[in-house]
Amino acid sequence: MVPVLLFVIPVVAALIGFFIKNNDTARTWSLFASVLVLIVSLTGLALPAGDAHLKFSAEWLPAFNSKFSLGLDGMGQILTFLTAIAFPVIFVATWRDQYKNAGNFYALMLLSQAGLMGVFLAMDALLFYFFWELALIPVYFLASQWGGERRIQATFKFFIYTFLGSLLMLVGIIYLYLHTKNGSFSIESFYALRTMMSPQDQSWLFWLFFIAFAVKMPIFPFHTWQPDTYEQAPTAVTMVLSGVMVKMGLFGLIRWLAPVLPIGTWAWGDTVSALCIIGMLYASLIAIRQNDLKRMVAYSSIAHMGLMCLAVFATSQISMQGVMIQMFNHGINIIGLWIVVDLIERQFHTRKISELGGLAIKAPSLAILLVIVALANIALPLTNAFIGEFLMFNGIYGSVATHYNVVFTVTAAITVILSAVYMLNMIQRVFYGNTNAITAQAKDIQLNEKIVLAVIVVIILVVGVYPQPIFNLTKSTVEAILVKMNYKL
Amino acid sequence: MNAIVISAVWGTVMMFSAIFLKKPGAIRITAVLGLLILLISNVLDLMNYHFFPVNTHNMLYFDSFGLVFNSIAFGSTLIYFLLSARDIEDVGIHTGEYFALIFFVLCGVSIASSFNTLLMLFIGIEIISIPLYILTGADKRNLKSNEASLKYFLMGSFSTGLMLLGIAFLYGASERGTFFIDELAIGRGVGSPLFIVGLILLMSSMAFKVSAAPFHFWTPDVYDGAPTVFTSFMATIVKAAAFIAFIRLFGDSFVDLKPQWQIFVAIITAATLFIGNLTAVFQQSVKRMLAYSSIAQAGFMLLALLTLNSLAKEGILLYAAAYSLATIGIFAVLIKMKDYTFDGFNGLAKRQPVLAATNTIFLLSLAGIPLTAGFFAKYYMLAAVLQTGKFLWLVIFAVLCAAVSVYYYFRVIQAMYFKEGDAQTMEVSPVFRGLLILLAAIIILLGIFPQWVTDRLYLTYF
Repeated sequence: MVPVLLFVIPVVAALIGFFIKNNDTARTWSLFASVLVLIVSLTGLALPAGDAHLKFSAEWLPAFNSKFSLGLDGMGQILTFLTAIAFPVIFVATWRDQYKNAGNFYALMLLSQAGLMGVFLAMDALLFYFFWELALIPVYFLASQWGGERRIQATFKFFIYTFLGSLLMLVGIIYLYLHTKNGSFSIESFYALRTMMSPQDQSWLFWLFFIAFAVKMPIFPFHTWQPDTYEQAPTAVTMVLSGVMVKMGLFGLIRWLAPVLPIGTWAWGDTVSALCIIGMLYASLIAIRQNDLKRMVAYSSIAHMGLMCLAVFATSQISMQGVMIQMFNHGINIIGLWIVVDLIERQFHTRKISELGGLAIKAPSLAILLVIVALANIALPLTNAFIGEFLMFNGIYGSVATHYNVVFTVTAAITVILSAVYMLNMIQRVFYGNTNAITAQAKDIQLNEKIVLAVIVVIILVVGVYPQPIFNLTKSTVEAILVKMNYKL
Repeated sequence: MNAIVISAVWGTVMMFSAIFLKKPGAIRITAVLGLLILLISNVLDLMNYHFFPVNTHNMLYFDSFGLVFNSIAFGSTLIYFLLSARDIEDVGIHTGEYFALIFFVLCGVSIASSFNTLLMLFIGIEIISIPLYILTGADKRNLKSNEASLKYFLMGSFSTGLMLLGIAFLYGASERGTFFIDELAIGRGVGSPLFIVGLILLMSSMAFKVSAAPFHFWTPDVYDGAPTVFTSFMATIVKAAAFIAFIRLFGDSFVDLKPQWQIFVAIITAATLFIGNLTAVFQQSVKRMLAYSSIAQAGFMLLALLTLNSLAKEGILLYAAAYSLATIGIFAVLIKMKDYTFDGFNGLAKRQPVLAATNTIFLLSLAGIPLTAGFFAKYYMLAAVLQTGKFLWLVIFAVLCAAVSVYYYFRVIQAMYFKEGDAQTMEVSPVFRGLLILLAAIIILLGIFPQWVTDRLYLTYF
């Protein structure tokens, strides 16, 4: 029952939301719906793994044996929980943002939540594809209608990129489906293919899927849509995009690519890892030179996603475990960063780092909270990201999947240093130094913002000190996937 | 048989209706009534109630494939009448005749979907074409309409000539001299130069009718010049009917020779996809964009011809329904616009939210986004080709072209929703809005349960 509710509540709430004319009512309604989803998600977390309430299956397309089957495993739990907690946080954090036709805005937000939930829940390849696209459409409308000046072109580029990627994935899905033994889209019959497909087939099929996922993450050289879209989309949408939606790519990689086409994944592992490394270095260097806060965070996100993708291809238990926890952490941390960016932009109507300064004196609580979030982004010990990145580096270094593990680890570690450079530089220039004409009248943050940032900081510290529950949750998923990839545990 | 007789009879009724009925509203209601009768009698035919036990000497053959397509065509025409009948009245003073001609076209459609000899194919295609030449020129005082009509007529006659020549060659090549399509490719004559030339001529003329590249040059001008209401009819139901005839012809007669002609169809398909999509990108007028988009969509439908397996047959029916319904919807909205350029749609969402929202669903369906009928239509086409295990390059190419198509379909959506502007529309009645919502709902339902169409092929009603 839990998976169905996770998907159905936002859909129903969105359909009702389209007809709400009053802005305040729409906002309250969507917050109410998203809190309801969060409660359901927490209930799901409380259930033991494999509980009957964590699965659902119904007839959908008997003609080609595709079922409406949803399920929650460890990885699904952690990502649906991220989705469930992200939306109320986003709604509260952007409470003071005013939108024209707010009813439509919030309804589309809830629809994108439904799409995301569907992606993380789907246990049927065709259904997965459906949700994959459904998560995209509302975001396209959100960003094109409520975004910045160049929103139409930027979002359009984003849409074409992702749509092309997903069409290639569709070809891959159909091809695999036609080769399943019993002609079924179910995830089990797809997993059964891993020994049946020839290495040659796996090798080219890998790219049909990987391009779709690489565009979403994004991995160099498929990343060019990302900084523009993040910059132009309204901040609430950017939070969804970078906090949750990019995880779709990693999730797809871990659930639908690596265990289905293990030989293809092994064969192209080094190539993809090299792309990840290039992207990480490249994005970090650009982030250092950015003057626009949004673009800086956008590029830092490319670097972080690159590391996670690299860790997936390292294919060791430790690195996979690191990816699981880091997917969650990155979502939380980057939403925290965006909230701060949004606060600054709303107050000063500028995102230029060079035009800001001395905020720490005027807004001490904001400064404290931001420093913690930023340190988490650099992966300092005691913060959540440290756990994830430590595990990933450890796993990449010890990886048997590649001969270049030392090179990969060292270059990846350099990007962590670079991330400290741009993050600390940003803190220094925005929060310290002297106030100027723009920041002289700065006010500190208000209650709703304090609450969400405090929630984020608490999560950062708690996960940073005691990550064991997440390990317990995802352990079985990691092991199951590695077994399917033929990895000796 | 029900459909052929009733559509011909009702066409005649419509001709005289203009004499006896003075009010245009009465003529319209007669037409809608006739179409309802036509649709019901065709469905009864599918359920094995035959009203007219005519001995066709096996020249016509009614199977579920043809009859299901007839139902789709008549159903689409019904929606088309309901949405756009008032606009048909605005074209000129000969309202009764316009409806009569449409009924005659439908008669041709039902012959083209059930022929069993090349002669019947020829008659069906001609009965479709000749009324269309007239409809294209219906806007008599408009030079563009006249030009389009003449162009269509000249090119159409030329392709008819090719078809007749091809039929004659095939007749000559067959061993006992036969027009029956299931006997054409049997015997010693197969593979002779006469046979090959005949086959190529026949293929070219059919490619002309479905506006496949390189025989597509008439399409943009004719679709652009014809009165928009009739373009809507031509681009949807008529085009789909030509496809059904094409597939029926090749599926029944030349399927065993598939390895020989398949590569030609593959090249035609690739060219059609490429030209249709690429040229549509550069259009400034939505009407002309839709003309090129119809070429692009034909490229996708040609994938069914390439494979001719059961997936393709189910898929082409779904494609015909999805494509026709969505395009009829877009044209119905387009007719209401005062300015046919992309900029003419600027800001439509604010002035006419229902029109903009439903139009978005139609466009998403044409682009093949999941949750709309267009997705499963494309899915079937891709799956049909992948099932053969060959032509993977064509699948990838088709997918790339589908991504290009997003560009021009979404330009309309961008104009409607994201651009500031003052889109001018004609007056829109609440009934019209309601029908658009109904049409959009049908498209979405078919996007979730495509088996509602495809399963009709296999249902038995005894």
